[in-house]
Amino acid sequence: MTRSRRLPSAARAIVDGDRRALARAISAVENGEPAAGPILKALYSRTRQVPVVGFTGPLGVGKSSLINLLVGRLRDQGRSVAVVAVDPSSPFSGGSVLGDRVRFERRAEDSGVFFRSMASRGAAGGVAAATLETARLLDAAGSDVVFVETVGSGQVDLAIREIASTSVVVLVPHLGDEVQTMKAGLFEIADVFCVNKTDLPGAEIAKKDLADLVSLGPSASGWAPPIVGTSTTSPAGIDELWTAVEAHERFLDTSGERSGGERNRLAAEIVGLVRDRVGRELARELGQDPSLRTLLDEVVRRTLDPRTAADRLFRGVRRGP
Amino acid sequence: MTKSDRATKPTPIRVLIAKPGLDGHDRGAKVVARALRDAGMEVIYAGLRQTPEEIVRAALEEDVDLIGLSILSGAHMALIPRVLLLLKRQKTGNVPVFAGGIIPDEDARRLKAAGVRAIFGPGASLEQIVATAQKLARHGA
Repeated sequence: MTRSRRLPSAARAIVDGDRRALARAISAVENGEPAAGPILKALYSRTRQVPVVGFTGPLGVGKSSLINLLVGRLRDQGRSVAVVAVDPSSPFSGGSVLGDRVRFERRAEDSGVFFRSMASRGAAGGVAAATLETARLLDAAGSDVVFVETVGSGQVDLAIREIASTSVVVLVPHLGDEVQTMKAGLFEIADVFCVNKTDLPGAEIAKKDLADLVSLGPSASGWAPPIVGTSTTSPAGIDELWTAVEAHERFLDTSGERSGGERNRLAAEIVGLVRDRVGRELARELGQDPSLRTLLDEVVRRTLDPRTAADRLFRGVRRGP
Repeated sequence: MTKSDRATKPTPIRVLIAKPGLDGHDRGAKVVARALRDAGMEVIYAGLRQTPEEIVRAALEEDVDLIGLSILSGAHMALIPRVLLLLKRQKTGNVPVFAGGIIPDEDARRLKAAGVRAIFGPGASLEQIVATAQKLARHGA
């Protein structure tokens, strides 16, 4: 390889454990600042494909509390951990209240934990546009495990699949009958099912309903998601939950799913990056295109329809200026 | 990647709202957090009973543009200067800090001299707080 091993200074600082540089780089990714590009490019080869464990499920099921307990457990084993917690942005003001730190145990002196709150900034699917690249920065910065907590709006938080190596779907008793679990979406993405709040009545029924669902047949990969009962007041289930996550991580390696899945995900990412850029540049170009105004006049006068106008504009773009 | 680069783009202001010390009265902090959200800011709400160490750590990890401290316990002269000191120590001393709560005028003068950029007492309007927060975040650093 002829490429220089020297890193840009911000990337070097991140690798060297400078938490402030890491925090700034995450902001740069979130804000689409030009500074983000060189850092991400330089650090990609430093990523080690550490487990990225996604937690998704409806509001209030205990995702933050479970992550908090797992972080404690991993810290006891001496592994460094990062958490990205995504909360929704208001579609009205663009603002957001990011409250997941409240559930998080204070570890002011522990340099083995990095916690970042992230607003979804209009992205659908339960994560932000910057979440994937943020997880990669955290990997390059030395985290052994990255947790990603989704927004938690329920059945549509599926984008975690594109980011996490293991997706944990967290549910609680009394969310609905077994037919709910057959619906598309949330139940299709689970690598591990977690029924939290087992101290509440109905937990056994919820677990049984999920077991019935899983018994309908394994996924295309051959993995049958385990069902773990947890209560944040008892440590036993938390150990079992982590064991289930690790079992899935091992399955990814032994089955070849990790490399296969990674290839598909990276293809989607690269195409997505080009699409975003083409879209942005095209929108700018079209906005300045004088023929847009002429076409628009015709559409307003009802002498042309929007689809034909779009066809003509598109043909003009394909031909180039 | 300095804050001034960022100011050229209309990205959301990130603000940390925290309550230092032993003080369970968080209604004021929540009302302010919501007003800042409605003004388009990303509010990292750290909640109750934070130590100064936890607050500055959150400020660093969250890369905030601004920190708001709410304190009604009377311990402001102990806790707020400690936050300012720790911010300087971790080289984030340029992040503006504002405070709200029951802070006597004499203490407010001393805190401002120590570096607190704005102090809001009872009766401060949300419009006033939001406008000050915007000004501090965009130009205060």
